Amino acid sequence: MHKRSNEPVFWSLFGAGGVVAALLMPALVFVTGIAGPLGLLGDGALSYERVLGFVGSVFGKLFLILVISLTFWHACHRIYHSSHDLGIRVRRGRLALLFYGFAAFGTVLTVIVVAGIG
Amino acid sequence: MLAALGPNHRHRQDHTMTERLKEINIEVFRYLPEHDDEPHFETYKVPFADNTSVLEGLQYIKDHLDGSLAFRWSCRMAICGSCGKMVNGAPQLSCRTFLRDYYPGKVRIEPLDHFPVERDLIVDQSDFLRKLEGIKPYLHSVKPRAIADGPHHQTPAELAEYEQFSQCINCLLCYAACPQYGLDNEFTGPGVLALLHRYNADSRDAAKAERMQVVNAEQGVWGCTLVGYCSEVCPKGVDPALAVNRNKICSTKDYFLRFLTPRGTRV
Repeated sequence: MHKRSNEPVFWSLFGAGGVVAALLMPALVFVTGIAGPLGLLGDGALSYERVLGFVGSVFGKLFLILVISLTFWHACHRIYHSSHDLGIRVRRGRLALLFYGFAAFGTVLTVIVVAGIG
Repeated sequence: MLAALGPNHRHRQDHTMTERLKEINIEVFRYLPEHDDEPHFETYKVPFADNTSVLEGLQYIKDHLDGSLAFRWSCRMAICGSCGKMVNGAPQLSCRTFLRDYYPGKVRIEPLDHFPVERDLIVDQSDFLRKLEGIKPYLHSVKPRAIADGPHHQTPAELAEYEQFSQCINCLLCYAACPQYGLDNEFTGPGVLALLHRYNADSRDAAKAERMQVVNAEQGVWGCTLVGYCSEVCPKGVDPALAVNRNKICSTKDYFLRFLTPRGTRV
């Protein structure tokens, strides 16, 4: 009767993605989208060579892969559960496959693209 | 006003300052299965004072206007958890909700949401009671204690772990508030999960592993999407959403650590 749920796997990814989306994303948006273009970071802080150097390093690659893929898992999990809140109750399995499949696809794509840089 | 209240009420009203009583319309959900095919609403004019509760309004209707009205109540002081109703669409204990707060508007009283209606404002609680029994809501001693062993002491910190959750009075307001329970009543629900946590978090209890089976299921904590309305409507200050979220962490640990720990040692 009490079948163990596999939800902890997705909830953990959701939680990790939540930390990224809530704490790192606003900082990244500020740095790359506002402070950089406004010149608040000093000359050449976000220059092509410098960013390429960062993304080309193992740490930089790992950072980008985690930030991007965990955000995928976070968003997909949230939308999947919100769909239940909105009363979409049929074909939950297929819906889960669609959303988590999308997050998995996003993760693979991120790894391929980021690994190929530099 | 006295005439409107009827002869039975006159004596009582004589010394409750009748002149000050206002009247409010109470719209009540009615369903008498022996002759109603479907529910309908009936409106009653009820005199009230500043301290008249919604429950007293219903009692006035039953005593003076329509004796066939059925509703549950007992203590009148937010202890027993019997008189939960939907009051203008929100789950409330009718004994701690006051007519003055709705005047000059009307009050609409319905049975608690998400439960089958037996008659008028009375809902069938069987599903909740079955789930409550299922979590064994009592302390399982680590080892049997003799009277000579004396009381089982706890530190203030150990008490704080579960104290708020032990305030639950099984009034079902959180079930009426929970959209997930409304969508799918297979979900264990906020009240039972809060009570489950009350025992699991108690240092004197030894049945956590057994209750974790309920926690770990899809219908356990994982049926919750953290809407949080349960914690808002609780009349006793219990935070079921917190209990559920703490157990999502417990369940996640249990999920991954079971591969690392030998069988039988997990708690």
